[in-house]
Amino acid sequence: MIEGVAEIARAVRERKISAVEVLEAHAARIAADTLGCFYRLDPTAREQARAVDGKIARGEDPGLLAGVPVALKDLFVTKGLETTAGSKILEGWVPPYEGTPSRKLREAGAIVVGKLSMDEFAMGSSNENSAYGPVRNPWDPTRVPGGSSGGSAAAVAAGLVAGALGTDTGGSIRQPAALTGTTGLKPTYGRVSRYGVVAFASSLDQVGPFGRSALDVAHLLQAIAGHDPHDATSLDRPVPDYRAACDKPLGALRIGIPAEYFKDTPQAMGASVSSAIDELVKLGATKVPVELPHTRYGIAAYYIVATAEASSNLARYDGVRYGLRVAGSSLAQMYARTRAAGFGAEVKRRIMLGTYALRSGYYDAYYLRAQKVRTLIKRDFQRAFERCDVIATPTAPSTAFALGAKVDDPLEMYLNDVYTIPASLAGLPGMSIPCGFIEGLPAGLQLLGPPLGEEMLFAVAGAYQRATDWHTRRPPR
Amino acid sequence: MASKITDADVRETAVLARLELGDEEIGRMTRELDAILGYMALLDQLDVSGVEPMTHAVSLDLPLRADVVEALEPQLPVAEALADAPRTHDAFFEVPKIIEVGD
Repeated sequence: MIEGVAEIARAVRERKISAVEVLEAHAARIAADTLGCFYRLDPTAREQARAVDGKIARGEDPGLLAGVPVALKDLFVTKGLETTAGSKILEGWVPPYEGTPSRKLREAGAIVVGKLSMDEFAMGSSNENSAYGPVRNPWDPTRVPGGSSGGSAAAVAAGLVAGALGTDTGGSIRQPAALTGTTGLKPTYGRVSRYGVVAFASSLDQVGPFGRSALDVAHLLQAIAGHDPHDATSLDRPVPDYRAACDKPLGALRIGIPAEYFKDTPQAMGASVSSAIDELVKLGATKVPVELPHTRYGIAAYYIVATAEASSNLARYDGVRYGLRVAGSSLAQMYARTRAAGFGAEVKRRIMLGTYALRSGYYDAYYLRAQKVRTLIKRDFQRAFERCDVIATPTAPSTAFALGAKVDDPLEMYLNDVYTIPASLAGLPGMSIPCGFIEGLPAGLQLLGPPLGEEMLFAVAGAYQRATDWHTRRPPR
Repeated sequence: MASKITDADVRETAVLARLELGDEEIGRMTRELDAILGYMALLDQLDVSGVEPMTHAVSLDLPLRADVVEALEPQLPVAEALADAPRTHDAFFEVPKIIEVGD
């Protein structure tokens, strides 16, 4: 069986298999899915696959991702295909335009097969805040896949698609990648355009891929990275060859080990991550202790900054131009009733938190102070990267937890992001790769790099995945 | 910053956030926000005097395009722009009346 982004793209290009055949094999698995990964399928998928096969038959370049079946977290705006961001407030919204990341995937020959489940407006760490039902972890259906890109992670882990796009604001790609045994990358802030990506917290949101290996992820990033005139915050910097980076020798790689990320980690997780780091040492890397002293302030700073930005971004959902409307006797009442009916509990909580933090009289104490702490966290990383090339940590404190285990305690849920948030605040690239199993559940190694250090992350992950086979393990079907 | 958040604070904030919350929801929200904001008091331990706030992940020099008329893509036709609206009137989004016109 031909599996994964890189293999499928090559096989389709070399006519070993057609794009339609690849699609059919994956469509059969999607039809049999009981995990709840997909919100809806794209009825044009077959047409897209036929177009790729047509190009190949005519001798035209079918693109880097020719015939690769992919799916999108349901906050990627897709022209003519309903986009809900996991929320009732956008139910039935059929966008009149296509966002940049999905447009680039299509232009590279990928087959977009559908839209994936997510925590409402990307707010959550378990995918249980989806207004349309949770997603189950393919390794154990009684457990969560992580979030907020839980559908993306589970769909790739279960082999329903070869790759998927998610977004990561405080860990929403890396944490579900860790919990499902997939490889997931949050690129440097601005590396991928956010045009046509439903906004949560604009100074933190970043688009990134999930795949079965670093090489698969590199293919996807290759297609979507780059400057976009539609997004002024997208970086106008050359896009290097990420696929080639996966084969780069490690050389005299210095791996920074921050004690702050290990001291409260449960023993089994710490041991799993440490043995992955030892494997990299065997491959020629050197361990260097580094200090990230403001790590413990990350969650507090993040949940002020992110909720403040969210309260502003989500002001647009008012029942006027699209989505749900609940009638009211005045405009203000219509807004308030629409938003009360359309948003779920976690989204309301965050809008309230953000609105409170931005209130006149509280702004300096909360938002301004959190932004200053953000500077301190960024400085921690700048100092650390003077001494090392890449930082290695656990991605999440634990493996996948049980459905329902944390839904009644929002703060407990937030603490799950402790190791992913600091790099988000600093705008740095971070990758999670499978590094072992604890009681049958995948564990993730997080690799963090300096700004635009994606090539370094691919080199380290590529070397690790050539030396180990954790990323090739598949959940039972 | 760790002053206790009250029901009244939550009610006022809900008005600002344009969220209609029932009494039970106000009570629950007050307890939850109080716990979360209590946790955030952790930031009070830090001395941030003289530290610049970080407003964005990358320092942005506000990019300017050439000062010429340029359409990035065709404008959205009115019919398409209105297609998802819950209520429309001619070429407009329709909302409840906000100005009473006396006779």
